[in-house]
Amino acid sequence: MKRRSESIRAKLLPAGAFCLIVLLWWGISAIGIVPGYMLPSPADVMTAFIHDFPNLMTHALVSVTEALYGLVIGTVLAFALACAMDRFLVLEEAVLPILVVTQTIPTIAIAPLLVLWMGFGMEPKITLVVITAFFPIAVGLLDGFKGADPDAVALLRSMGATRRQIFYHVKIPAAMPYFFSGLRISASYAVVSAVISEWLGGFEGLGVYMTRVRKAYAFDKMFAVILLIVIVSLLLMKIVNLLRAVSLPWLKFRHETAGKRQ
Amino acid sequence: MELLRTDRISKSYESRLIIRDISIHLDEGELVSLLGVSGSGKTTLLNVLSGLTVPDSGSVFLCGKEITGQPGQVSYMLQKDLLLEHKRVIDNVALPLVIRGMKKKEARAEAERYFGQFDLAGTQMLYPSQMSGGMRQRAALLRTYLGSRKLILLDEPFSALDMITREQLHSWYLNIMGKIGFSTILITHDVDEAIMLSDRIYVLTGKPGEIHHELRIDIPRGERQDFNLQPEFAAFKRQIRDILQQPGI
Repeated sequence: MKRRSESIRAKLLPAGAFCLIVLLWWGISAIGIVPGYMLPSPADVMTAFIHDFPNLMTHALVSVTEALYGLVIGTVLAFALACAMDRFLVLEEAVLPILVVTQTIPTIAIAPLLVLWMGFGMEPKITLVVITAFFPIAVGLLDGFKGADPDAVALLRSMGATRRQIFYHVKIPAAMPYFFSGLRISASYAVVSAVISEWLGGFEGLGVYMTRVRKAYAFDKMFAVILLIVIVSLLLMKIVNLLRAVSLPWLKFRHETAGKRQ
Repeated sequence: MELLRTDRISKSYESRLIIRDISIHLDEGELVSLLGVSGSGKTTLLNVLSGLTVPDSGSVFLCGKEITGQPGQVSYMLQKDLLLEHKRVIDNVALPLVIRGMKKKEARAEAERYFGQFDLAGTQMLYPSQMSGGMRQRAALLRTYLGSRKLILLDEPFSALDMITREQLHSWYLNIMGKIGFSTILITHDVDEAIMLSDRIYVLTGKPGEIHHELRIDIPRGERQDFNLQPEFAAFKRQIRDILQQPGI
């Protein structure tokens, strides 16, 4: 009963805060503190969203495709590098500091270079998503591999397990919760990265559309795009959460047991 | 018939000698305890027996064949049950068979045969977090048994359990050992547990740890019920306490 009321509270509080922010926004635009053409009211944004929906969907499909390609490629590369770094300490010592440094370079600074190098097609957009998605997944996985219970590793060694068997039975499962945490962060960045990359050139995509409506000073449509980016990012994160629940069913029981013990 | 023998095993870590000239033996069907205070090198000795650690000198023989530094020859169970939380109980138990190259389906079928004997019927498809402490320990013991059906090494496997569960598992373990017929080397610092379960006790003392005394508990396993309430038990306990309390130990 207590847990249920806590769960309701956890959902109601952010929903309440969100409603409050929308009301505040509404109030500001209604009173006219900020001119309507610069800050359209939530109702104007919703109207633009509904009227422009087919157009928005066409562009969203392109951005989401880029984001998904980038996420998949970034995940595969991150997995390969994390495995290699776990296996060869020298590689971890050499590469990890460079990876950390790459994270200090702002995405917006790399995007124009990628466009110059790769043109206006999908490639620079996907590459930017790969660069953004790669780091949280690689670092998460590496932490997970390192966090595997050394006693469990010793147990498997005592059974005569090979390095590969230990990796498969102990290290990968230990790293999976970390992997999904990293993937959730990467998923939230993926669409934004694709959109930023599209700002700098291209033919389709939410970023391209955003640039067009910005030039026309159609602020309501800009806000509609932002709203769509938020929705798509949240959806991607939700999908990652669902994947996590399906792939790691034992966590559900562990959490239930922990709940009962408290 | 002699199952396991060690010949003058010594091991040091970072130039500090942990155990010196340990020679022990174990016969088929026997339960032998290594009893000693913390730091006397019990776990180091078990690591050597399991092949996880290579000794500086000395050898380990299983059925007359040298197995020094060769993991996978005998089964080893640590203090924690170490059931892998992501695997169902059946897959945890079948793990040693899979490691040895058996197909998952066959390993499951083989493991399944013992669930009844180990009082685990109906738990096959559960995850470890859905089981009680005693059940987890029995599942870990079954996994250990399937790892090597001749000899099991136990490193204080009952120490994390409450007293009632521990006593229940003691009786259960003696019973299952008798039924299935395997041998056990048990590490413990619990004098009562050592007397209650063992056929023989090696008392490890000093730093580096050495075998100070060998004690035979000549009470048949079938008569161990309430053994800890009898005068003979107290006499054994006093004898061991006197050894452990000798000056310089």
